[in-house]
Amino acid sequence: MNGQLQQMPLIALRGVSKIYQTGDVEVAALRNVDFHVEPGDFVAIMGSSGSGKSTLMNILGCLDRPTSGQYFLDGQDVSRLDRNGLAIVRNRTLGFVFQSFNLLARTSALENVELPMLYAGVPARERKRRAREALERVGLGARLEHHPRQLSGGQQQRVAIARALVSQPRVILADEPTGNLDSRTSIEVMALFQELRHEGITLVLVTHEPDIASHAGRVVVVRDGRIISDKRQQPVPAEIPPLEEAVS
Amino acid sequence: MNVLETMSLAVRSLLRSKMRSFLTALGIIIGVGAVIAMVAIGDGARASVQKVFDAMGTNMLIVMSGSTNSGGARGGFGSQPTLTWDDLEAIRTQLPSVRAAAPEMRTNTQVFSEDQNWTTSVTGTTPDYFGVRGWSIATGRRFNEADVEAGAKVAVIGQTVVEKLYGAGFDPVGQVIRIKKTPFTIIGMTARKGQSPMGQDYDDSILVPATTFQRQLQSQSLGKYITGVLNVQADANAGTAKAQQDVTALLRERHRLAEDAPNDFDVRDLSELANSRQQSTETLSLLLASIAAVSLVVGGIGIMNIMLVSVTERTREIGVRVAVGARPRDILAQFLIEALTLALLGGLIGAAVGLGVARFLASQFQWPLLVRPDVIFIALGFSALVGVGFGLYPARKASQLDPIDALRYE
Ligand SMILES: Nc1ncnc2c1ncn2[C@@H]1O[C@H](COP(=O)(O)OP(=O)(O)OP(=O)(O)O)[C@@H](O)[C@H]1O
Ligand SMILES: [Mg+2]
Repeated sequence: MNGQLQQMPLIALRGVSKIYQTGDVEVAALRNVDFHVEPGDFVAIMGSSGSGKSTLMNILGCLDRPTSGQYFLDGQDVSRLDRNGLAIVRNRTLGFVFQSFNLLARTSALENVELPMLYAGVPARERKRRAREALERVGLGARLEHHPRQLSGGQQQRVAIARALVSQPRVILADEPTGNLDSRTSIEVMALFQELRHEGITLVLVTHEPDIASHAGRVVVVRDGRIISDKRQQPVPAEIPPLEEAVS
Repeated sequence: MNVLETMSLAVRSLLRSKMRSFLTALGIIIGVGAVIAMVAIGDGARASVQKVFDAMGTNMLIVMSGSTNSGGARGGFGSQPTLTWDDLEAIRTQLPSVRAAAPEMRTNTQVFSEDQNWTTSVTGTTPDYFGVRGWSIATGRRFNEADVEAGAKVAVIGQTVVEKLYGAGFDPVGQVIRIKKTPFTIIGMTARKGQSPMGQDYDDSILVPATTFQRQLQSQSLGKYITGVLNVQADANAGTAKAQQDVTALLRERHRLAEDAPNDFDVRDLSELANSRQQSTETLSLLLASIAAVSLVVGGIGIMNIMLVSVTERTREIGVRVAVGARPRDILAQFLIEALTLALLGGLIGAAVGLGVARFLASQFQWPLLVRPDVIFIALGFSALVGVGFGLYPARKASQLDPIDALRYE
């Protein structure tokens, strides 16, 4: 316990609220949330539809700003940053994986993975090399020139993961990364996440499925914009079952 | 992200929809093409007008006998000779603003070679005339002061007359022609000049010494009077206006005209005529250039329109780029450079088209093909400006998109 206290949380939300104004109606998607993530944690966020998980993830991902409260990322108060500052944080510190992959169409896997480095100003040659390595890493070394259309859902999600990890971020955030995948591919993706976690990358992912959440080291449950439970657990190793089992 | 990378990104995204890119650039293509063709046409027309006036002689004044129509009884200019040989000599020698002056006495008559005849204009004049009117000699020589003194029966003949009397390409020097029964030896042939501003053929004429003209070709001699006009060439530095003033003052004094008496001669400035012609071609090219400018602006609006559509269509792409760390200025640069590339490519194609059209028209109208590189650069610069100007709004719009909204956009 003592050792952990000395460690500065990588992510710290303090009294964060997010209120959406639609016409005259105010929707509080997040209400006064306090939330910490230590470096190297693997957190699964669960909760029913509309509970505020995506809102939370978007704020964590610096894609959106809280209506009130503070967000410290790696010691920096990012709730005060302007668009440029947020862009730099997204580029350097964070990697994002979406449910709907969000790859650029008509653009090769390699170029998709190069994208964050393009904005980081990495020279072309190094960019290519690192993108290739990242794709090999997720098992797509043979698909470098394929366009998203020519890839399966699981492969597309792996391209997206390669894109998220290629700039060596401290945190990877994934909003229902397995939501569009079958269970077998989902486990492949989770295995990949567990590997990343062992390399020291901090992971926060949203899921509806307890199976998926079981691979994480900590499960947080959100309801009505509040965190109602936060438990540590022994993560279940994501092992790809033999084919017959997957079919049954 | 550096400019080159942004450029290649822009080119690739333009190449993804080639037809649309081409149609978008069409306005610019037409605009730039029009500018370049118009300016080349204007310059060509001006040069050809200039050529005509140069042929007439530069800095030319024409002095005519006769008076302004005060009495009513008197005829128009030239009806009653009032200019004398002494007047000519005075204009030639006393005025620093005058470079040269020569008489021009004319008659239209039939001329005969051994077996052909042709009706042409015969002009009696002095050696100054060649300089004043800008005649040069193709073969042989011009007549000189000695020929004038002697009243030599020599002639310098234009190429149209040579063609009619001897056939094209014939060297007429040494041949004898008869003009009003008098035999003249041809001593020279003038270089081709073409048409006058009024459309008359300069080369359809014969020049003979003034004295010979008076003695052999005029039925009655008027002694000291010149039965024709004076061609006066103003000194280029003094200018035609000054020369006109000086000639008028000198002649009034010599003719002893009272202060309030009207001139009994008329001095006309031919460069005014040239200028007014020049001005009308300039007005024309200005008009054409403004039409071209309008089409460039229309082209720019076309670019803006398509860029706006493109920004909307690519909202998700923008969202993805922003999510992985593109700053607003990266997105701005991407779309601006896309618009710029589109406009510049359109400009280049337009320049090629414009040059083609200019070349075609020049060959049709037999103008010189004048293409000014500065016009091409200005046109390209202008289309770049149009690209940036009209691309700015869509690009700004793209760069201000909210990442969440953009990613959710269907
Ligand atoms: N842009 C928005 N404008 C207005 N209300 C919004 C907006 N985005 C989210 N909300 C509201 O905020 C609440 C939380 O939405 P959120 O997307 O975070 O839910 P979620 O937990 O991710 O749900 P799901 O599991 O279905 O993805 C919902 O009630 C939703 O209607
Ligand atoms: Mg959600």
